[in-house]
Amino acid sequence: MFWSNGRWDTVRGMQQLEREIDSIFSGASGAVHEFPPVKLWNSEKSAILTAELPGVEGRDIDISVQGETVTLRGSRTAEKLKEGEQYHRRERPQGQFVRTLNLPFRIDAERVSAKFNRGVLSLSLPRAEADTPRKVAIQGAA
Amino acid sequence: MSNETQVLDKQTACRGAVERTRKTMPRTDIHETPESIVITADMPGVDEKSVDVTLEKNILMIRGSVAPETPEGFSPAYAEYEIGDYQRVFTLSDEIVKDGISAVVKNGVLRLTLPKTAPARTKKIAVTAE
Repeated sequence: MFWSNGRWDTVRGMQQLEREIDSIFSGASGAVHEFPPVKLWNSEKSAILTAELPGVEGRDIDISVQGETVTLRGSRTAEKLKEGEQYHRRERPQGQFVRTLNLPFRIDAERVSAKFNRGVLSLSLPRAEADTPRKVAIQGAA
Repeated sequence: MSNETQVLDKQTACRGAVERTRKTMPRTDIHETPESIVITADMPGVDEKSVDVTLEKNILMIRGSVAPETPEGFSPAYAEYEIGDYQRVFTLSDEIVKDGISAVVKNGVLRLTLPKTAPARTKKIAVTAE
């Protein structure tokens, strides 16, 4: 697993081990448990990020974009029960959430657009012009 | 006062059925008020047209469908959730007024209100001093 050129790659091996130990103790490293769960689609010029946020009002979602990073912030408020009312089952996550995602490119923050329908947020994240891949021609080829 | 047996959750929902897409069990809160039982289910992606609530005898079934979509010109890079159908089954007790059930969908959340029959409602007994 961590062998390169037939030798045990100590540094990489240790880093991996450290991550695994961290994940055991934090219990939060598995992205699946994070709220909201997200999906990402890529193309050459942009990316689309969707997030499942049922029960949240679109205007209450705070979206910020900086460099390669998108941050989603907001809260899901639990229904306040009146006297004489009680829960039998509570499975829906409640409270504040912050989710930060790093894209593999710089985002053109000016051109980001967002839609929120049926509890699903959809963000269009165009790649910054300066960051789009360029072809480099080799000069002086014989 | 509480009546824990009024809504039983049947988690063995889609046995033996040929599954078109993976079925997801929506996360659900259930709370009881003096007049009714309220079921709140997270079903992101559904609206009033794509959600279906049926009651057959005592079996209340919640279903919702979401069409998977891939934006044109894009390829999937990363996914933490799956798009598919929602399904969950609950068994109701006889203490529910079945004709009085109401359902509302808002922002991908389904809210069902199941009114209790008169005898099942909480009674307050007045204590008088002699």
